[in-house]
Amino acid sequence: MTTDNAHQAARDVVLARLRGALGDDPTVPTVPRTYRREGAYAAGSPELVDLLVDRLEDYRATVARTGADDREIGVAVAEALAAQGVRDAIAAPGVPADWLHGIPEHRLDDGSATPRQLDRTGAVVTGSAVAVAETGTIVLDGGPLCGRRAITLVPDTHVVVVRVADVVQTVPEALGRLDPTRPLTFVSGPSATSDIELSRVEGVHGPRTLVVVLAG
Amino acid sequence: MRIALFVTCLGDVLFPDVGKATVAVLEGLGHEVVFPAEQTCCGQMHTNTGYQHDAVGLVRHHVEVFEQALADGCEAVVAPSGSCAGSVRHQHAMLARRAGNEALATRAEVVAARTYELSELLVDVLGVTDVGASYPHRVTYHPTCHSLRMLRVGDRPLQLLRHVRGIDLVELPAADSCCGFGGTFSVKNADTSTAMLADKMTAVLGTGAEVVTAGDASCLMHIGGGLSRLRTGVRPVHLAEILASRS
Amino acid sequence: MSTFLGMPRGRVPGPPADPAVGQLTGDRPFPAAARSALGNSRLRANLAHATSTIRAKRAAVVEEVPDWEALREAGSAIKAATMARLPELLEQLEANVVARGGQVHWARDAAEANAVVTDLVRTTGADEVVKVKSMATAEIGLNEALEAAGITALETDLAELIVQLAGDKPSHILVPAIHRGRAEIREIFAQRMPGVDTGALTDEPAVLAAAARAHLREAFLRARVAVSGANFAVADTGTLTVVESEGNGRMCLTLPQTLITVMGVEKVVPTWSDLEVFLQLLPRSSTGERMNPYTSTWTGVTPGDGPSEFHLVLLDNGRSRALADEAGRSALHCIRCSACLNVCPVYERTGGHAYGSVYPGPIGAVLTPQLTGLTGGDDPNDSLPYASSLCGACYDVCPVKINIPELLVQLRAEHTEAHAEKHRLPTPEAAAMRAAAWVMRDADRFAAAGRAATVARRGIRKGKPVLPLPPPLNGWTASRDVPAPPAETFRDWWSRTRGARS
Ligand code: SF4
Repeated sequence: MTTDNAHQAARDVVLARLRGALGDDPTVPTVPRTYRREGAYAAGSPELVDLLVDRLEDYRATVARTGADDREIGVAVAEALAAQGVRDAIAAPGVPADWLHGIPEHRLDDGSATPRQLDRTGAVVTGSAVAVAETGTIVLDGGPLCGRRAITLVPDTHVVVVRVADVVQTVPEALGRLDPTRPLTFVSGPSATSDIELSRVEGVHGPRTLVVVLAG
Repeated sequence: MRIALFVTCLGDVLFPDVGKATVAVLEGLGHEVVFPAEQTCCGQMHTNTGYQHDAVGLVRHHVEVFEQALADGCEAVVAPSGSCAGSVRHQHAMLARRAGNEALATRAEVVAARTYELSELLVDVLGVTDVGASYPHRVTYHPTCHSLRMLRVGDRPLQLLRHVRGIDLVELPAADSCCGFGGTFSVKNADTSTAMLADKMTAVLGTGAEVVTAGDASCLMHIGGGLSRLRTGVRPVHLAEILASRS
Repeated sequence: MSTFLGMPRGRVPGPPADPAVGQLTGDRPFPAAARSALGNSRLRANLAHATSTIRAKRAAVVEEVPDWEALREAGSAIKAATMARLPELLEQLEANVVARGGQVHWARDAAEANAVVTDLVRTTGADEVVKVKSMATAEIGLNEALEAAGITALETDLAELIVQLAGDKPSHILVPAIHRGRAEIREIFAQRMPGVDTGALTDEPAVLAAAARAHLREAFLRARVAVSGANFAVADTGTLTVVESEGNGRMCLTLPQTLITVMGVEKVVPTWSDLEVFLQLLPRSSTGERMNPYTSTWTGVTPGDGPSEFHLVLLDNGRSRALADEAGRSALHCIRCSACLNVCPVYERTGGHAYGSVYPGPIGAVLTPQLTGLTGGDDPNDSLPYASSLCGACYDVCPVKINIPELLVQLRAEHTEAHAEKHRLPTPEAAAMRAAAWVMRDADRFAAAGRAATVARRGIRKGKPVLPLPPPLNGWTASRDVPAPPAETFRDWWSRTRGARS
């Protein structure tokens, strides 16, 4: 183990080197923020929802539209899982029971499932914090609706419910709605890789199936 | 308009026809061309090869010669070379500044602001796209890197070429790819340069053109040198020469 | 170091990175390494295919962003502002990481960073770590250091896995196996991937990706320690960011008990809202996607969610040297998107191995020599600033507007000046340049030289000089004819035909 003294020495030396390299009076430029920090459409606009659907389908995510009512969401979730042939699911701890009623086997995550147990779980059902229409991105924030990160990672199918009111147009609007001190996961489609000849193929380590239930 | 010609060192010694054609085009449009005899070289080869101290001496010389021409009533300086005009516009003041010579940098900026590559001068300053040329040949145009990305001449050369009578202008595939010249790059990294040249020649040959043109004699020397070595029969002809042609 | 390049007094460059540790230098100068690569037809075909694919994708998704140039301006300015405040931002980052339950370590160089990480892994008792692709750990040669300490490092990024299985070296900063085609990858998997079903293995990218999934699944599930890099670290919140595609990053950042992140000091950004710029610039520039599949951010440790122990290792390794040069430091702005590699006509033909360093292509040609320093001699890294035709394509695509051609030109000057400082005798090239400059500073001397050249026209026959040219000029005649000098220079023509009028 590095001793505290060695640690302190390295810290002091690196900082001193950086200060030395900058000299006495480094000029700090101002940052021009003329880029769009807000989109043209308000959160939840039909235009944004359509754009989000287009982006998600481009990533080969499956999109289901439904009403805002929890029972209706539950029907859409059940249909999506049935279409995948998945019978069992774990859900984030704050997911309403009505979202899950149609799944033959389901349970709320209590934090006890190990990665191996999650690996034997067919699907995960969660909500989401915010979605970006322009980039087709859904953000999970580790809150009760989204759950801890492991549950949305290990099962091979992720059904994520996005409330229409949470769909914003641009990346800056989304970041503004998020709490950076929470562990965040920005999801844009199912897992994919471009590592073979720089052509994108879907389905590597993360969930290979992403179903987005757009509610509202 | 009275225009000072910066013929460039390469144009002076190896490709005088480019300079003569530039004079013919401008005089044909009714302008007066002046050749400041004290001119030599913009120093680009020195700068880009790592000899900035030597380049600064050439910058000073260039600035002195052309600020005198401007003082003598020239309204613009024209170079039939994208890369030499680029060097004047994007490197001279920087070199002077790095050498700690702020006064020279300021003077260099004045000269730079009046210096144009030929197609820029014709289209932007003189407002001409039809120079009255005729050139009944199949031609493809290679936009050289410094014209394209340093000076951003855009499609000005093509606007000029499209107005040439009798020309059969064919598009060059992957036109914006570098031909591989790069000054001393062509000898220091001769193998890589040749690999790039091979692809450029393939593109040129694919068009079926008999002439490949560009706004830089240096890149043309490289492309033409390769085409000649392979006895392809495709000739390099500078843009100015096509624009001066009345055949 | 010369004062010529604008290094005002008061700025003291830090020490260069040791090229003997890690992977910052090759064993041959670029021209020689490039010559071998150019002759590898499979490499040429793979690279031509991959780079043209990604160029088109990038162009299409950049085109659709109306404020792309404004984002580039902002990205460039945020990075410049960061560099000017680097020490205070790092202290702020450290304080915030520690406040959220993480631990911060500092490493002066590659060897120290390797020692810190090795010790941290040893303390956990693990003999295996899973790794997310990271340029910083490749730079310092962490895998080799861990291996020497008896710890197995498993690369989990698909391209890194291909490289690791093949016993190969990465050749691209985003897609380290870009030099391999699908057929080769299938062969590597069939021969080297334990337990793979060779019968079912085809060269379909989806099948190959599925094989990697099956192969690494067990490793993720049993992993106790992960090592990652970081794309960004936010000073005002202590938040770390990893941008990825496959989910291997999420696996490493989420499942193990201990996470060790190694990051160059330049990766810090001042505020959370600065990420709104980079999360737009990076994915479109790198994989040509509107957004990459997964971006993870974490701040210290979160009870019940992810690793219970988090260590951040902040690495200098030559960065304090690069920082001292006000122009050169812009190379530290790089967000490793690889767009400049993908558009570079030199990289496209030689591939990444020719550059020797883990940082190839245009950015590598400026970053590597700044990290290790230039000797002024024939060292491999001294050849890197010349590995460019200065075509400017890199500058056009760079999302943070690094003026790579200008930096290359500057580094060439540093190289010749470093040589001049060390040697009393100039190189033949320097002597020739000096002589040429002397001739060209005076119109009479230049005119005389021009006339001499016209006389030399008889020395050229059918495009070839009658007498062979000495190196390096024979590099020209190897593939190109020489134009015959004209009978008369332009200036002689001018004074003959209209001298009286001028
Ligand atoms: S230099 Fe610019 S273009 Fe190249 S990898 Fe870095 S950020 Fe991307």
